[in-house]
Amino acid sequence: MSTPTFDKTQSPLIFDLGQDGRANRYVDAGKPLEAFLPKDLLRDDLPLPDNTELDVVRHFTKLSQRTFGIDLGFYPLGSCTMKYNPRVNDAMAAKREFAQLHPYAPDDLAQGALQVMYELERSLASLFGMAAFSLNPSAGAHAELSALLIAKKYFRDKGETKRDKVIVPDTAHGTNPASAAMCGFKVISIPSDERGRVSVAEIEKVLGPDTAVCMMTNPNTLGLFEDHIHEIAAAVHDAGGLMYYDGANANAIMGNVRPGDMGFDLMHLNTHKTFTIPHGGGGAGHGPVGVAAHLVDYLPTPVVRAVECHPELAEGPSAPSDRMKFTLDFDRPKSIGPMRSFWSNFAHAVRALAYIYANGAEGLKRVSELAVLNANYIRVKVAEFLDTPYPEICRHEFVASAQELKKETGVKALDIAKALLDHGMMAPTMYFPLLVPECLMIEPTETESKETLDVFIGVLREIVEKAKTNPAEVMAAPVTTVVGRVDETRAARQPDLRWVRA
Amino acid sequence: MYTPHTDADIRAMLEAIGVGSLEELLKVPEAIALKAELDVVPALAEYHIARRFEHFASKNAAVDYASFLGAGAYRHYAPPAIAALAMRGEFLTAYTPYQAEVSQGYLQAIYEWQTYICLLTGMDISNASVYDGATALAEGAIMALNANGRKKVLVSRAIDPNYRAVLKTYCDGLDVEVDELAVLADGTTDMTALESAVESKAYAAVALQSPNFFGAVERLSPGALAAARASETVPIAVVTEAISLGALATPGSWGAEIVVGEAQSFGVALAYGGPYAGFIATTKDHMRRIPGRLVGKSVDNDGRTAYVLTLQAREQHIRRERATSNICTNQAHCALIATIYLALMGKTGLRDVAALNLARSRELATAVSSIDGIDLRFDAPFFNEIVVDVHAPAAAVLAALRERKILGGIDLGRFYPEYATCILMNATELTTSSEIASLAAALGEIVRVHANV
Repeated sequence: MSTPTFDKTQSPLIFDLGQDGRANRYVDAGKPLEAFLPKDLLRDDLPLPDNTELDVVRHFTKLSQRTFGIDLGFYPLGSCTMKYNPRVNDAMAAKREFAQLHPYAPDDLAQGALQVMYELERSLASLFGMAAFSLNPSAGAHAELSALLIAKKYFRDKGETKRDKVIVPDTAHGTNPASAAMCGFKVISIPSDERGRVSVAEIEKVLGPDTAVCMMTNPNTLGLFEDHIHEIAAAVHDAGGLMYYDGANANAIMGNVRPGDMGFDLMHLNTHKTFTIPHGGGGAGHGPVGVAAHLVDYLPTPVVRAVECHPELAEGPSAPSDRMKFTLDFDRPKSIGPMRSFWSNFAHAVRALAYIYANGAEGLKRVSELAVLNANYIRVKVAEFLDTPYPEICRHEFVASAQELKKETGVKALDIAKALLDHGMMAPTMYFPLLVPECLMIEPTETESKETLDVFIGVLREIVEKAKTNPAEVMAAPVTTVVGRVDETRAARQPDLRWVRA
Repeated sequence: MYTPHTDADIRAMLEAIGVGSLEELLKVPEAIALKAELDVVPALAEYHIARRFEHFASKNAAVDYASFLGAGAYRHYAPPAIAALAMRGEFLTAYTPYQAEVSQGYLQAIYEWQTYICLLTGMDISNASVYDGATALAEGAIMALNANGRKKVLVSRAIDPNYRAVLKTYCDGLDVEVDELAVLADGTTDMTALESAVESKAYAAVALQSPNFFGAVERLSPGALAAARASETVPIAVVTEAISLGALATPGSWGAEIVVGEAQSFGVALAYGGPYAGFIATTKDHMRRIPGRLVGKSVDNDGRTAYVLTLQAREQHIRRERATSNICTNQAHCALIATIYLALMGKTGLRDVAALNLARSRELATAVSSIDGIDLRFDAPFFNEIVVDVHAPAAAVLAALRERKILGGIDLGRFYPEYATCILMNATELTTSSEIASLAAALGEIVRVHANV
């Protein structure tokens, strides 16, 4: 194998390290495979490198040092809710009795796991005003798909098979139309009004006997609360359609207003956003799907069923769930079926429940209030030097636009984002939602202090000022990172998606 | 609450915003204002949280039982170095690596994962992961459906029932039909039936699992492969026990064009079913149909090697309703764990683990099949799972084993009514000879009782 490079800006691939004969001894040596299976069923070659544990530890430690996470600094990535991930959550999930529990463990020997799922499900149902949740889907988009499959099956059972349209505002996450397409629905995109919201009139224009579902995010991706939501819901319901709540922005509403009370029939949560499950570099997520009473039978399987069985525990300090016995219920004839191999991303259910325990109802209310406070504080300060196209009270996030700055200086939203990286901060979400040109979508979350926000505001101000005096310097950013701007065109035109032995 | 705000902070910030109170910031129309009393678990200080979860943990006694449970989730040794590395905050608290310049480490790790999956499956291309093995099968089928525009898929009945159920959930949404191929007496898929079924040119794909749900090693027969190719039916291989990839001929070598599967066996905790890591690998021909994230190697503005998310024109945030899939968040952290596992094990370790699984499961097969009244249901070559026919209701036998603190396996009647007297048993490198001996002794007693009833 080739000699590794020690240039600090380059990190050799694991495949260019190692030597034959450097294996670690984690397990006993096995017999030759031919002792067990005919040779024609066996592979000839297993071309993986053998590395010592030290070399592997150094390799991945170095890779971690070339990766930016919340633990390193401010992460104002809009729509992603990058709040602090409490370590107690991980410690609870790592308990042997959870981590080593097999999914086919009999119900009576897995009561603790089922109780975790039950308590989480009940807490979410109350917090968001839904009749029930299923913890089955693996992430937000997966839960959206589940919800639309529920809608499809519901209308099929009612004989309303002509309902094949899904209404999606232009501010919606890309997963909304993509999920709709995976259920065979046709997507109708509707424009936002000058207030950045969906108007009842726009919705009414497209409603009809073919309306299946209207998918809304509230607050929407501009960070604005859809204040006519109950009228929109009433109009959709009058047309016989269902209302779907995209819960990506749920961090803005806890203990304040509930999707169920807004008129939504279906919803999902990204508990890996709102409930402090670490994003892990892009998953695993956790996407509970919630429904109103008329859709409970359609939830994906399995669901946790609880029966009161220990009334004697009613006295004393025990929680109501301690008096119950739990089973996984697969026998649900109307269900859309399972969405994944096993029951849930259970380790994440543990984390989410630990977080709810850390807060309680009052604490979660406070979480949303402070998330909204932080976003508005940055918004009013940023408005002093960048265009904020919707200058009114926002929720947990807001959008700024570099359109004017670009006209004036040539410096784009992308350049501002890259310049922030040089200051040890993550960039905001860029170029989304699509209706705001040169968009920067900023979500600070509630776990950041005023001091951190002030530093961010100061850095952003400095970058905008620099754009006016020395735009080339901003356009050259980042310069302090391990690599500069990456050639994305080359990556797409000459795809190199894996190592190949030289 | 993990919030840093002092009262003075809040006052100063409200003043800067120009509102009088937090309530004013979060005002909603009266018609939808929260009126219900919220019923969520109570707020606890951290040490009380730890006690509460200690209480939950104490009610999962299954972890103290001898276990022969497999069926898509496997117990394997995971070196502690995996957690020490994967739980580093830089990895754990990063988002999807949109900003490549500050995500080079994670991007490189995913590029290494993609490479490992290609090397193990014999494919050209792998994506950055999907939710799990079952959704990988559904997404793989959608790739084939998009490739040839047909509206049916064909799957072996020896594919994990959960995977087939998930495929059906997805296919119901797409108005796609799923047909099944029968299992032969030896526990493998009926290749003759496959050959004639694909002739209709109605199927977008034909899927086969190896080792299959019963543990048997499968591959397309040369005749079946020829028939699939002649009818432009895409062969999909499903791998639920990834350790087998360290031993068995690659699915690519017997003609699979899409390989989907589950990488849980590579160091990912059982965790009562998740999170795990699904993978999808394929040939260059299907590159632009693959769902989800892909990491590519490129250069930066100084010509230095640099990694970046690429071919994003396939994805939902660009293509919206015309995307190859709706997937956004995947299973990056589980894929990272699997990558570290493979780096630590290397070819020597992975081969040893595979050999130990083959050895232990043969020891198990010998022990149980030597009991009077018990035999192996199938005789095809197997990897680390076997189907044991106890000639008595499997559920009752398993219940009796549970009383002896043994989880004897899966009651196959749960999924296959025709195998209601059969138990699916798994042995891995963690299975000990004394556990096997205890199981065999207990089984012997239990079937004697059943035989005498």
